[in-house]
Amino acid sequence: MFGFGILSGLVFLPLVGAAFILCLRGDDEATANNARWASLFTTIIVFLLSLVAWRQFDTASSAFQLVEEKGWLGGGLIYKLGVDGMSMPFVMLTTFLMPFAILASWESVTKRVKEYMIAFLVLETLMIGVFCALDLVLFYLFFEGGLIPMFLIIGVWGGKRRIYASFKFFLYTLVGSLLMLLAIMAMYGVAGTTDITVLLKTNFPVGMQKWLWLGFFASFAVKMPMWPVHTWLPDAHVEAPTAGSVILAAILLKMGGYGFIRFSLPMFPDASHYFAPLVWTLSIIAIIYTSLVALVQEDMKKLIAYSSVAHMGYVTMGLFAMTQQGVQGAIFQMISHGLVSGALFLCVGVVYDRMHTREIAAYGGLVQRMPLYAVAMLLFTLANVGLPGTSGFVGEFLTLLGVFNVNAWVSFFATFGVILSAAYALYLYRRIIFGVLDKPSLAAITDLSMREVALLLPLGLLTIYYGVHPGPILDASAASVELLVKNYDAALAAVKTAALSAH
Amino acid sequence: MINAIVFLPLLGFLIAGVFGRAMGPRPAEIITTSLLMLAAVFSWITFIGVGFGHTPASTPVLGNWMTSGALKIDWALRVDTLTAVMLVVVTSVSSLVHLYSIGYMHEDPSRPRFFAYLSLFTFAMLMLVTSDNLVQMFFGWEGVGLASYLLIGFWYEKPSANAAAMKAFVVNRVGDFGFALGIFLVFMLTKSVTFDSIFAAAPGLANKPIHIFGLDADAMTVACLLLFMGACGKSAQFLLHTWLPDAMEGPTPVSALIHAATMVTAGVFMVARLSPLFEQAPVALTVVTVVGATTAFFAATVGLVQNDIKRVIAYSTCSQLGYMFVGIGVGGYALGIFHLFTHAFFKALLFLGAGSVIHAMHHEQDMRRMGGLRKDIPFTFWMMTIGTLALTGFPFTAGYYSKDGIIEAAYAASAHSSAATYGFLATVVAALFTSFYSWRLVFMTFFGERRPAGGHGHDDHAAHDDHAHGDHGHGDHQPHESPVVMLIPLGLLACGAVLAGLVFSGAFIGHGFEEFWKGSLFVGPENHLLHEMHEIPALISYVPTLMMIIGFAVAYYMYIVDKDAPRRLAAGNPLLYRFLLNKWYFDELYDFLFVRPAFWLGRLFWKQGDGRVIDGMGPDGVSARVIDVAGRVVRLQTGFLYHYAFAMLIGVAALITWYLVGGVR
Repeated sequence: MFGFGILSGLVFLPLVGAAFILCLRGDDEATANNARWASLFTTIIVFLLSLVAWRQFDTASSAFQLVEEKGWLGGGLIYKLGVDGMSMPFVMLTTFLMPFAILASWESVTKRVKEYMIAFLVLETLMIGVFCALDLVLFYLFFEGGLIPMFLIIGVWGGKRRIYASFKFFLYTLVGSLLMLLAIMAMYGVAGTTDITVLLKTNFPVGMQKWLWLGFFASFAVKMPMWPVHTWLPDAHVEAPTAGSVILAAILLKMGGYGFIRFSLPMFPDASHYFAPLVWTLSIIAIIYTSLVALVQEDMKKLIAYSSVAHMGYVTMGLFAMTQQGVQGAIFQMISHGLVSGALFLCVGVVYDRMHTREIAAYGGLVQRMPLYAVAMLLFTLANVGLPGTSGFVGEFLTLLGVFNVNAWVSFFATFGVILSAAYALYLYRRIIFGVLDKPSLAAITDLSMREVALLLPLGLLTIYYGVHPGPILDASAASVELLVKNYDAALAAVKTAALSAH
Repeated sequence: MINAIVFLPLLGFLIAGVFGRAMGPRPAEIITTSLLMLAAVFSWITFIGVGFGHTPASTPVLGNWMTSGALKIDWALRVDTLTAVMLVVVTSVSSLVHLYSIGYMHEDPSRPRFFAYLSLFTFAMLMLVTSDNLVQMFFGWEGVGLASYLLIGFWYEKPSANAAAMKAFVVNRVGDFGFALGIFLVFMLTKSVTFDSIFAAAPGLANKPIHIFGLDADAMTVACLLLFMGACGKSAQFLLHTWLPDAMEGPTPVSALIHAATMVTAGVFMVARLSPLFEQAPVALTVVTVVGATTAFFAATVGLVQNDIKRVIAYSTCSQLGYMFVGIGVGGYALGIFHLFTHAFFKALLFLGAGSVIHAMHHEQDMRRMGGLRKDIPFTFWMMTIGTLALTGFPFTAGYYSKDGIIEAAYAASAHSSAATYGFLATVVAALFTSFYSWRLVFMTFFGERRPAGGHGHDDHAAHDDHAHGDHGHGDHQPHESPVVMLIPLGLLACGAVLAGLVFSGAFIGHGFEEFWKGSLFVGPENHLLHEMHEIPALISYVPTLMMIIGFAVAYYMYIVDKDAPRRLAAGNPLLYRFLLNKWYFDELYDFLFVRPAFWLGRLFWKQGDGRVIDGMGPDGVSARVIDVAGRVVRLQTGFLYHYAFAMLIGVAALITWYLVGGVR
């Protein structure tokens, strides 16, 4: 395709769609409809193209694949894309979920439809770019660029406190990113290149690794988000439109975890080992603390947002265990959480579209008028709780197992999350779905429409499919993770022998 | 065949769940029930083939579940004698409960949902008992928990049912916390979660020290205790028992199937299945004995004073589960499983009988408002009596073999274990209580005079009767015998309750032990319990029967001869009575210790932690400071020319001074 590979196609096709929508004239309903269809069409094409990429992808290899490289900005920087087993699942997740985000906004967004769709398509470009970039500067551009469309989506199409939320979101993430930029410049100073494949083979001095690690950590920890820099997330979720919440929870949060896997762990193994107890502590706090906070929430979206923070705690915990199960479990947990939390936000959107409130107290007894909705909500609630047979279980189980072998205490405390998640999730379900439907406002509420069924059904089926047969995702990442763990152990061993011989 | 047994209920669930609303309740009932009956027939064939024939134990692998590094988990269906016993219990009781529910639930509008849940439960339970590794067992374990949650909360309009459902799930999760950690530790020790490999590795791990959780402990003991915590949750053992009585909020067939015969025995099954591990951890077995004995005693004491017919049976179940654990804890795995087997019949019988009573009384569950029902529902009365005889251990009924066997084994084992002595004493006293509360239930329900219902006076009852039959479900009118679909299961279970002990005791715990179990229960080389228990003094073997007679006599005296005696006794010991009636105040204690602090902490973390500290120091604080500073800067801009001129002058003066000072240097 014009000398570019399939990954460039994935990255830039959404922009083509966005450009097309930009050319649409007029503000009437027909134009809005055209914009909707155009963006749906674009995202579906991108998804199909990603399936082609998936076919070409060799899961047995741990190397970067589908690589393409070009110079840009006068040859000073390189444009390099490629995927391996640790990034391919995220690319697939992104392309798969985008059509859902578009469909979810079909009826609920009525003003500035064109701009809304353009924002989402630009966001898709940037998200896919993050997962494909093999150059540090390119990565940084995509990573930070993603802030802008999301900032606009929350700030323009959000709820009542959208300005506060969008600024909070922006400031938090920006402060983190600046520290990462400093670290990137320092890395360039040492390695003389920003090519990630080269940087992965560079041995950074142990003392410097710690500073670089902290620089990256500042950015990724905010993105994850880890405790105590998580407070932007509940506000952002609450104010974002449904599709914004879906993408935020399902994909944007995964960028932090992906960053840890791509940079912190392989490039700074000694620092990662040094800081692992810190990360575990923060993860445990995140799991227990935010689960307790979720228990007392009065707003559905906030509750799910806090539960996201807790689930991301499992991810960071598993990653820094640096065992095969821990890292694979963390990757799986991120994919699974993408599906499940995305679906949960869609579920909240369903009732929000009807009642225009997210107050838990405004609902109750919905099962009587919305049996299909009750089933969908139950499935995703249970997946959120980590019931075996749903995808939520596999990630939690593998991360806890992986970390148990390294540090049993961490696993011990993190497993409390298993109890607490059941408590807050079922408590929510009980208050919304069960009970007597006696609120007059709910008397005429309708069950899922065909469009909503079409949204939730594929997610539900995938949640169960990956719960029973997580093989496709685990196999995809197996070879790359094996290499990652092997190199990590080798690096630690090298430092250890160096320390011994110095004595 | 094993595939059919496991997946027919799943098929039933899918059909009834997906198409239930479209095709209406009757087809859903017929499809799920007949599929279950088919599975039950296959199970009996498997049971006879594996247990008494020469069908070898097998483990067909269905597919891979997950693989990550050294961890490899398959979906597999393990069939050996232990599994076959469970298959028979689960499918038999489940198919009878399906059949019974057709009658019991006939007024309920959401019957397809009910039958779908029942079949889902059966599927999950079958996955549990056929599992070939710890993780698949965990899958079934949580799956039955889910089905239990859905069925307890089946009548979702009732807040109490919703609360009970949630409580059941969360308390079970507390147990699962231990189960999960146990799986992790087993994997750490053996690098596997598959039964065959961990059983093979177990002898090598005996007495292996491990440093974990800040302790230097015996590895197998820690692993077994963690796994046992899971068993405690599922089997409602002491400290994690609180969910079981509340679970009676669910429809009665559910109580019979899940909370008496099958799911709650999963913990017992798990410990028996893991006998190769527990045999290497004598300390863990001691804990099992003590917990089981405490539960048997504790639940029996609470059962003495309850007035809700289902709660009495629920506490009885809890107590009998304690017996099973005592049996296992003293090393008699077969005894525990045998009691599990017989208990399934007579306890399901008692629950379904209670359901028949409740059905006859139009959803009245308080025994104080029953009485004299013997003549109105004679069949139910006789079936309940058979169940009671079997439970209390009347000679040659099922309980006589299994329950008394456990008591004898505890005595035999007490020669070399003080925990077993405690187990013996607790189970003997509990046997007395069991007999008392069981006969109390029968006497209060079926004998004496009809007592007035709470809402309706006894006087207006006759006048009320005519039109009340029109609108079912309310009021207090002439009790009627249940339809025949409900009576057939009672009859069949009664046969089981009478005969199960007589027919199967030889194979399960007698001389046929080796040929029957074929090694599916591991017994250590120095474990000779089954022989020792036949050498105990004859006097001891009469003790359980004696206890049964005393319990019957006391109940007869208090509820037939001198009917004022219970009230006087309660009035005489108000503290003890209140203590027992309020279930040793466990609910209040847990509410105070766990539930309230959790909400309090949540609110503290949310408002103070997130709101004040993190946001206050972070973004809100920063932006507030920025605004403060900006506000002050704004105040400098007064708009008066001379202010600006003055500031400029000071600036110039400062600049010159600086240059001058700098120049001097």
